[in-house]
This record gives sequence, C-alpha cells and structure tokens, in this order.
Amino acid sequence: MKKVFKRPQKSSIFLNNVFFEIEKLGINSIMIVLIISVFMGAVITLQTAYNIELSFVPLYLVGLGTRDSMFLEFSSTIVALILAGKVGANIASEIGTMKIHEQIEALNMMGVNSESHLVLPKIIAAVLTFPLLTLFSMFIGILGGYLAVYFTNAVPIDDFVYGLHYYFIPFYITYSLIKVVIFAFIIATIPAYHAYYVQGGALEVGKASTKGVVYSSILILFFNVVITQILLS
Amino acid sequence: MIVAKNISKSFDDNHVLNDISLTCKKGETNLIIGESGSGKTVLLKSILGIHQIDKGQIIYGDDIFTDMNHKEKQKIRQEIGMVFQGGALFDSSTVFENIIFPLQMFSKMSKAEMHNRVRFCLERVNLHNVDDLYPSEISGGMQKRVAIARAVVLNPKYLFFDEPNSGLDPKTAIVIDNLIKELTIDFNTVTVINTHDMNSVAEIGDNIAFIYNGQKWWYGNKEEIMHTDNKELNDFVFATKLMRDLKK
Repeated sequence: MKKVFKRPQKSSIFLNNVFFEIEKLGINSIMIVLIISVFMGAVITLQTAYNIELSFVPLYLVGLGTRDSMFLEFSSTIVALILAGKVGANIASEIGTMKIHEQIEALNMMGVNSESHLVLPKIIAAVLTFPLLTLFSMFIGILGGYLAVYFTNAVPIDDFVYGLHYYFIPFYITYSLIKVVIFAFIIATIPAYHAYYVQGGALEVGKASTKGVVYSSILILFFNVVITQILLS
Repeated sequence: MIVAKNISKSFDDNHVLNDISLTCKKGETNLIIGESGSGKTVLLKSILGIHQIDKGQIIYGDDIFTDMNHKEKQKIRQEIGMVFQGGALFDSSTVFENIIFPLQMFSKMSKAEMHNRVRFCLERVNLHNVDDLYPSEISGGMQKRVAIARAVVLNPKYLFFDEPNSGLDPKTAIVIDNLIKELTIDFNTVTVINTHDMNSVAEIGDNIAFIYNGQKWWYGNKEEIMHTDNKELNDFVFATKLMRDLKK
C-alpha cells in the first residue's frame, strides 16, 4: 500500500492513466447504474404504495420513502455492491492477467513502480467518479419512482411530488457521498491486491477475481454499518 | 561486465542455486543453459534482482547491486533491457505504444525524438507497418521482435533474454538469434541469455554456462561444448538424434 501512494514517476503518463481509468471505471458504468437505479426507484415506490393499507397514513410518504431510501442506502450501498462486481472483477482480471503474463515483472524490470503505476490511477478514478455515479443514481431513482407513479397511478402524482420535497435533510446526500468515497477505495484496492499477488494461470486469476469481489462486498457492508453508526447516531 | 560471486538461493528447504560464480562479458553473448528445473531461470532472476539471494554478490560494472537500496536498484534497472519468455508486451497498448513507453517514462527526449527512436528500433528488428497493431494481432516471432525493440529502446548497457526462442519455428528462431548477436555487437551490451535451445548454443554461444543441479557444472564456448567429455553436459547437449548425428 505504501508503494501505491508513492509520488508518480512521470506526471503526464500518470494523468493519462487517470483519465483512461475514469473512462473505463466511471463513464463505462453509467449505463448499468442507470438501469439499476430506474428500476430500483420504481420498485421502491410501488412496494411502498401497495403496502400502505391504513387510511390515516398520508400518501405523500410514498415519495418521501422513495427519496430517503434512494438517498440513504440504495444509491450508495447497492450501487457500490453492483460496482464491486463489475469494476472489481474488471480490475482483478486486468491486473491478474498482467501478472501471470509477466507484464508486471516487465514494468518492475524497467524501473517502474508497478503498484503506483497500475493501482493509484484506478483508486483516484473510482474515488472521483463513484460519488458522481451516486448522485446520478439518486436522480434516476427518483425519476424511476415518478415514472412508476405516472404510469400506474399507485398514488396521486401530486402527493408523490409533495413527499419528495417533504422534510428534506441535505446531510443525507453528504452522508451518502462520504460512504461511497470509502466504498470506492475498497472497490479499487481489494481486487487489485488479490490480483497483484496471484500466481499460476487463468484459473488462479479467476479465483483472485472472485475473492476480490467477495471480500470487497463484505467490507462494503461492514463499513456501511460503521459509517452509519458514526454519522447518523 | 556482470559478475555473480558465490551466489546461493533456496526456497524453504529446496536449495536451487549452490555457490554459483559467473562472469558475463561486454559485447558478447553469455548463455545460461540447463535442463528444466536445473535452476537457470532462478539464476537469471537472481542476477536481475527479482529474487533476493541468500548468499553472494551481484556486481554490475563497478556497482555492487546486492548492496544497493531500492532507489539505486531502480536506477540500474533503467540500464537493463529484458525480453521475457512470452514477450510480456502490454496487451492494451499498440506495438508503437509498447516501444515508446520506456522513453516516455525515463527519457527527456522531445516527442519527435522519441518517435524517431521508436522508428529506428522497429527498423532495427525488421518490423514494418505494425505500429498500430495490438500484440494479439501479430505473430509470436513478431511479438518477440517488438519485445526486443522495447528492450533496446533506452540504449541499455545490459540485455537479458529469457528463453527467446520458445514457441518459435526453427527459421524464426535463427532470425531472433542473429538479431540478438547483432544487437550485442552494435550496442556493445552485456547480453545474458537463458535458453535450452541447442541451435542458439551453436549459433551465438560466445560464453556458455551449463547449470546442473543448482551448480555451475561447466563453462566454455560454442566450439568447446561440441568436444567436451563432461557426461552430464553431453547428455543434455546430445539428447536429440539430430545432435548425436551432427557429432558423428
């Protein structure tokens, strides 16, 4: 880890790598985040609407429930778990393949700090782009809920919109973004670590990839509890 | 010159290298040969500092490599060109990007100078019109030549080759052997080659060290190896019918 955070040897190459990783890890994940978020928002809205049976429960709670569920948990934790699968597997397979094909040894032999060269741009790209993906997911999730209400009339649309605005706590967004920065760090480092020390062939790369995704998912869930206790208690 | 003095290396209880001393000379090809599992790859990686040795010294020129700190070793490594068994080209980069990479990392050349240097290296290894192709789009022999071009692009003092002819047909292998020999003379490098290819031994073996059971069993050149009475070496060199017929 110490080597990963050493000063890059050549800033121009480092910056190029960061932009390349931003595209690969962040921009290329927009579509999956969009699809998951729109359906997640729609389902949360419909489930909340269909489970409100008591007549004295105000209907605007459907909008409020959708907003807070998306802001507090789904757009950060669930999206992070999805990205742990997509991005984590990508990082592990890329670095693992480089390792077994001696490309990492080649970098070291040239005098390149391979840990910093390969892993640091991924960490920076993830930490920069995942919060933006989370904000995007929040917006799309709410839109999904709105579309669900619009097409099904599960609750009156005005009540839903009123609920979206009702008792809005901006800190929920800050809380979510703090969480996702830590999750991004986990997603970029854990699979990279398992892949960097892989030995053998394709089978071992597969195992390292699985380990990276599983361990990073468990750590995400663990830190979700810890951060929630620290920030919301 | 590279000097290895009394080096030993073990992995747990497995003693792979046992008190090996070796001198690799400048402007000449220095071959390390031996059966699979004899310790030749461990010897090469120990000289390169990839493996930490248990005992002994590695000296590059006047510098004692084994006594250096990480930063000093990194500096020496910039004077080393290494061609790995599989080429170790970066899959996600084109041929041109693979070769220019060490220049971008370590040289202070202008963009135009870098491009010229890459062109020169590609010409030198007889590769044309492959700049924009990815390693997966070219043949094994071409990949080896790209790896050689990348290894020499920084004008290294030391050149290392790990099994340069593995996976190549005999005709391409001779082309690679001749290229290694030419580069060694042109660039006046200390060239160390790890091989079990007997054609390479016969073609370019200026100095040959035969490693057997983790020891330097025999040392000589390509003429001497054909007439040695060392039993283990003869068993290795003349293992094939072709070589036995040649000897007769």
